Amino acid sequence: MSADVTSIDPHFVNITPNNNVAWHIFEALTDVDENVRLIPGLAESWRAVDPTTWEFRLRKGVRFSDGAELTAEDVAFSIDRPATLASSPGPFTPFTRPIVAKEIVDRYTIRLKTATPYAMVPYDMNSIFIVSKKAASGASTDDFNTGKAAIGTGPFKLARFARGDRVELVRNDAYRGPKPAWGRVVLRIMPNDGARVSALLAEDLDAIEYVPTADLKRIRSTPRLRLEQKVSWRTIFFTLDQRAEPPPGVTDKGGRPLARNPFADARVREAMSKAMNRRAIVDRVMDGAAVPASNLVAPPVFGHVASLKPEPYDVEGARKLLAAAGYPEGFTTVLAAPNNRYINDDQIAQTVAQLLARIGIEAKVQTMPLAAYFPKARNLEFPFAMLGWGSLSGDLALRSLALTYDADRGLGAWNWGRYSNPQVDQLVVQALATVDDRKREGIAQDAMRLAMTDRPVLLLHHQLATWAMRRDLAYAARTDEYTFAHHFRLK
Amino acid sequence: MLVFIIRRLMQSAVVLFAMSLLVFVGVYAIGNPVDILINPNADQQDIERAIRGLGLDKPLWEQYLVFLRQAALGDLGKSFAFNVPALQLILERMPATLELATAAMLIAVVVGLPLGLWAGLKPDSFAGKSIMAGSILGFSLPTFWVGLMLIMVFSVYLGWLPSNGRGPTTDLFGVPVSFLSWDGIRHLVMPATNLALFNLALVIRLTRAGTREALLQDYVKFARAKGLSDARVIGVHVLKNISIPIVTVTGLQFGTLIAFAIVTETIFAWPGMGKLIIDSINVLDRPVIVAYLLIIVTLFIVINLVVDVLYSVLDPRVRLGDTKA
Repeated sequence: MSADVTSIDPHFVNITPNNNVAWHIFEALTDVDENVRLIPGLAESWRAVDPTTWEFRLRKGVRFSDGAELTAEDVAFSIDRPATLASSPGPFTPFTRPIVAKEIVDRYTIRLKTATPYAMVPYDMNSIFIVSKKAASGASTDDFNTGKAAIGTGPFKLARFARGDRVELVRNDAYRGPKPAWGRVVLRIMPNDGARVSALLAEDLDAIEYVPTADLKRIRSTPRLRLEQKVSWRTIFFTLDQRAEPPPGVTDKGGRPLARNPFADARVREAMSKAMNRRAIVDRVMDGAAVPASNLVAPPVFGHVASLKPEPYDVEGARKLLAAAGYPEGFTTVLAAPNNRYINDDQIAQTVAQLLARIGIEAKVQTMPLAAYFPKARNLEFPFAMLGWGSLSGDLALRSLALTYDADRGLGAWNWGRYSNPQVDQLVVQALATVDDRKREGIAQDAMRLAMTDRPVLLLHHQLATWAMRRDLAYAARTDEYTFAHHFRLK
Repeated sequence: MLVFIIRRLMQSAVVLFAMSLLVFVGVYAIGNPVDILINPNADQQDIERAIRGLGLDKPLWEQYLVFLRQAALGDLGKSFAFNVPALQLILERMPATLELATAAMLIAVVVGLPLGLWAGLKPDSFAGKSIMAGSILGFSLPTFWVGLMLIMVFSVYLGWLPSNGRGPTTDLFGVPVSFLSWDGIRHLVMPATNLALFNLALVIRLTRAGTREALLQDYVKFARAKGLSDARVIGVHVLKNISIPIVTVTGLQFGTLIAFAIVTETIFAWPGMGKLIIDSINVLDRPVIVAYLLIIVTLFIVINLVVDVLYSVLDPRVRLGDTKA
């Protein structure tokens, strides 16, 4: 594994490495398949009884690893628990807060009520791991880490958690699904790319996630090894500060302040988008491990619009647009990017700056570690900034990234550019309140189509998630980038 | 001597205090961990709530006062990311780092001292020149590169040694150590060698320089004139006199080894403190960063103290009471 696991408590902090381990030990009411489409999990079915009430029917006879049967009580307890963990830097409450009331209908049926019609309840329930009420009542983080409280219904049981080093799992023979092929699994935590790859080459590891793009060629040419790749849900794009005032760091070529904010002009955004040679970045910088983006969400994801195409590379057209917008000479801006977050993030920023130089826009690249980058970016200190995003659906992505910033209603929380389009707002809000998934996807696609013509952000590409493994292993590669030991099998 | 030690300890308290303040202000200036750890789907209210939950909404001075009050009671706070006491987090990883650093130091001294002596005694011989040339490599090759090369050669091509991780541990006086089993030693060899290289080169050069200087001294000539054997001249008279700078440097370097084993630990996935601090800095986990640096500073203080005391033992001219540290 490529990132550190901080805790086995599945409700403590919502970060990918922790969730990745939690999915081995626990399950949720709903699950997603490798295309991040919703499928039944511990609930065999669910439906909206009325627009504000969701009913989940649990599978019967599911047993926790301590032998107790799963009931609606455990589900209610698990939904309540995240809000009780006050000291979490990344709580799960975004998924539980919309639920204002719960009703246990019978041993295997639970109803969740929301204040307003809300379509995302089944999706949100994918993020809430179901723990055993008996084992987890009053349990501390340490109780989970030692395994005492880590009682779930998942395919594995926790054998040992050695922080910063490894997670050891053993097969849960009471698991309801197909038995994993492995009796014992060790998840080694190795954040260093070089170390991970060399340990695989040295046959100390059987499989690794996040293969660095520079090593793809080498692994392809090693007969003992093979790769699995799939488009990831992580979309890489750039935000542009579109408020009325010219943002700090944006000046004319001589360093004098501009009268207007160029990024507020749709023609400038289109010109910049045309100048970005996505094909070249995918081929040269990413070694092929990405696909050019035309949507905020990757192709398999709910709400993706297949008819949208990536912006073609067109320097001439871009120059004309820039001149028409009143910047024939171009202008100067700061381009900020993290240097340890997304695949090849700093090289991408450098490349984009060079591509923009061809149409006269001088982008001064500033890269920094994520720890310094995010706080500044959220404070809107960068006029032009890189961001990556993974989302279960198109309307959810739009809600965070493209809706008019509104702290009270929780809209546009990550809309760094402060883009605003009332029509998009209205469509997304409508989609999220539509409990019929077919109808909802149509509205979400309309919203995506409308927003993308406006270019609230400059889309770049969707990353490919890559796993490398022994030749005799196979893995069902996942768009959500999770690495599940129970999905590896012998060929 | 007692006065000296007491004065030293008081100075140390001031250093620790200043250190904690610096780190606090520094991390505060960068931002807070919620920005990094919060789920993208969180809205503004969730973010607010998380910040409040960690007490990060309070003004800096108030956060610092809370920290001081708890630190006085021996509690350095709970890690934001791990939700366990920061001190516990660091102490449980310390044995791994100490083991690695000690092994590296042993390699540096046990191999470096004889090589340095040889190079000092026979500076113009082929062996002497080769040793010196080799030591330049030890100085100048970057650790991460050497580490990866060691893995490529000994694990990937030859398959002799495991490429990463720490072997099984057994408890020795309550401390989990891995060097007691053969598998543990196999895991330890490469990272320890990698970490030792720089110090090995340093010890070689120091020993050689010291030896060459000592050989010209009157007491060596006198000892030779007295008809003492070579072994006694070198083993007793020369070695004792060159040991002072070597003790100083190895002492100071030991602290550095512990504090900066980070690169080696990362490359060899060695579960020590270095990996922890890097991860903690990446997510701005302030309690861990502060606790780690306080421990490292304490370690340096203790090592310096021990070196000073050793000094006075080795060199009768040094009187600790006179030293103004």
